[in-house]
Amino acid sequence: MQNIIKLITVSLLVFILGIFYQSLNRSSNYDTKFLVGNKIADIELSDLQSEKFFTNDDFKNNKYTLINFWASWCAPCRVEHPYLMILSRNKDIKILGINFKDKKINALKFLEELGDPYDYLAKDNNGKQSVNFGIYGIPESILIDSKFNILKKIIGPLNEKDLKEIKEIIKS
Amino acid sequence: MLSNTGNFLLSLNILLSALIIYYSYNNLKTSDDLISQKVFKISILQSTSILICFFTLVSAFLVSDFSLITVYQNSHTLKPIFYKISGTWGNHEGSLLLWVIILTLFSFLFLIYNRKHPKNYRLYTLIIQNFLILGFLFFILFNSNPFSLISPSPNEGLGLNPILQDPALAIHPPLLYVGFVGSSIYFSAAIASMITNYADKSFAKSIKSWVLISWSFQTLGILVGSIWAYYELGWGGFWFWDPVENASLLPWFAMTALLHSLLVLERRNVLYFWSIILCLLTFILSVTGTFLVRSGILNSVHTFANDPTRGIYILAFLSIMILVAVYILFLKYKPANVEINSNSKETFVLVNNWFMMFYLITVLLGTLYPIFTDAISNNKISVGPPFYNSVIIPVVIVFLFFMAIGPNAKWIKNKFIDLKIYSLIILAAVLLNFIIFFFFKSYSIISNLIVISSLFLILSSIMDIFKKISFNFPRVVSHLSFGFLILFIGLNHNFSIEKDFNLKIGETKQIDNFKFHLKDLKLVQDTNYKAVIGSLKVNDLLSKEERVLKPEIRIYDNPQTLTYEASIQTNFIRDYYLTMSNIDRSDYYNIKFQKKPLMIWIWISVAMLSLGGFLSLLRHAKYN
Repeated sequence: MQNIIKLITVSLLVFILGIFYQSLNRSSNYDTKFLVGNKIADIELSDLQSEKFFTNDDFKNNKYTLINFWASWCAPCRVEHPYLMILSRNKDIKILGINFKDKKINALKFLEELGDPYDYLAKDNNGKQSVNFGIYGIPESILIDSKFNILKKIIGPLNEKDLKEIKEIIKS
Repeated sequence: MLSNTGNFLLSLNILLSALIIYYSYNNLKTSDDLISQKVFKISILQSTSILICFFTLVSAFLVSDFSLITVYQNSHTLKPIFYKISGTWGNHEGSLLLWVIILTLFSFLFLIYNRKHPKNYRLYTLIIQNFLILGFLFFILFNSNPFSLISPSPNEGLGLNPILQDPALAIHPPLLYVGFVGSSIYFSAAIASMITNYADKSFAKSIKSWVLISWSFQTLGILVGSIWAYYELGWGGFWFWDPVENASLLPWFAMTALLHSLLVLERRNVLYFWSIILCLLTFILSVTGTFLVRSGILNSVHTFANDPTRGIYILAFLSIMILVAVYILFLKYKPANVEINSNSKETFVLVNNWFMMFYLITVLLGTLYPIFTDAISNNKISVGPPFYNSVIIPVVIVFLFFMAIGPNAKWIKNKFIDLKIYSLIILAAVLLNFIIFFFFKSYSIISNLIVISSLFLILSSIMDIFKKISFNFPRVVSHLSFGFLILFIGLNHNFSIEKDFNLKIGETKQIDNFKFHLKDLKLVQDTNYKAVIGSLKVNDLLSKEERVLKPEIRIYDNPQTLTYEASIQTNFIRDYYLTMSNIDRSDYYNIKFQKKPLMIWIWISVAMLSLGGFLSLLRHAKYN
């Protein structure tokens, strides 16, 4: 009996120390800036207004896609909305709006009121999809190219400067 | 110049530690019961030189010698002198030096204050403690050297993180270090005790003072850290179950359990191996905490710049320490054949230990669980206050009842003769509880039970003062304070009021019974920061109290950081706690206002709890 206890104690300690060792090589900083340059997570989103699904195939023909995470309850989203509207007039870029933890009725009202800049409108009711994309607050936007590489990541509402930078990337 | 002095002293200390180990080892074989004078002399030299080494670093901070990387990264010429000094341990390298100082001083003090105990036991303790010292000295010298040079030497430093520029935080690390680094000495003593078979009563007597010292300082350290978090972090709470806070709480639980099991060992010669395990556990948990914080595995305000090699070193050190300790324990372990009566003081102390282990395991699991899930399944999760509150609070209620009854139980065999008195006390507690809740009109079963059980402990402790001719005063102080602590936390939690709203200059807003008016904003230039100071009038319409609070938004120059300083008005009944933050592109300011009853009494209770430890230390010194 005593030997069993000894064995269990030692294995437990070795296990804990082993986990500690493994954790050393992980980044515990939840920082998403490093995502720039990487490929985006696979897209698998359901449409806000229909039963349709969006996957990578829907976006591979776009030269550039801006993925924008927003919600009707999010005040800064209202602030950035005019910039999205401006951007939506640009033909080289398509905008995918991911409606984050929102009610459909409110989301549609928001777009009716302020205009709809989105070429695709998807929903993320429980916020899980957005986490996969490395989002930790909204609004946030990710600019990708046709090969799904992340070119730019904007945390917080878009502003004039971001708009300019996005336009420059698209032009080049 | 200072760099050379520092490096020389660090190397000298390595040599001295090695010499102490060597001479102590030789001294083991001599037949007389005297420790060689050489060991004493080298120990004095060791303590002196490590202190000089520390003051060398302090002076580097004082004269702003930016040729040292540590000074460059953590100081600035414009910083007030006080923070230049506290900057010495406000960083990874300097704080490790503080570690070694405490290891060394405790080693020396243990040597000279335990003359009554056998030579070999003291020598082995010294040897093991010096192995610990060596481990840390090597770590400092080769990995985290505070005397490392930077070339060319910069003209100006980067400055100390503004949230660390605070009087409470300047004394928080030294206090906490005396606590958990101090526990090293009974880790060493426990191993020495097993090697030399110097067990039982006498062992308990030899380490009791050290346990009391570390426990009292650990309590104070936690208190000061908590006060700092309360007014600096701007959350209005004082305990957040942050992994790093937990790291300081874990050794505290182990120490508290040890403190109580030593009572039994001292009186009844039982629980020897259990006490040994607790001695080992306390220091192991301290080093584990250091590992978790310094390796960057856990993120918090305590995380210094990340460097994985540090983590590997501390982990290697920790692993060796644990495996050696466990190996010796298994080698020496003999199951005890002592019957303990289920109704006796021994059992009550054991019950205390079970509770402490329960808290320890709960907090340990909560702290490590996210690390484990991340490592095993790549899931990033966090364990927050709801987990701790729901697991710990109900258990505290039961714990408080045992805590009230336990001290009056008799050793060996107890009889409950005081049942009538206890029934009266519980009746009084229930009555008082309902009076409190009747007046403040708020209700939840759990808070009622918390208040009743803490009142039960308070009343029983007060009764003890009157009941007996001789009673253990320090114990009554500690238990009473703990009762008050839980009572005040319970009341504070239940009756706190929080309001969150936006205001612009000149505007007045009324929310429930409070009226707020933002009079004006002032821009003030201080030595190392600019501050926007709001002047906010708060009117309590019920009590007709009117106060002006002045929250600040500070913009520090070096490094450039924005901090929100809460404005807090404290009196003996309540705290007003108010923070103000600017809202981007808007004239409005976000105001968070809290009225927190009896806040100051929470601090006083913890201070008294620690005082109980110091009083007990005096009492122990007097009788031994």
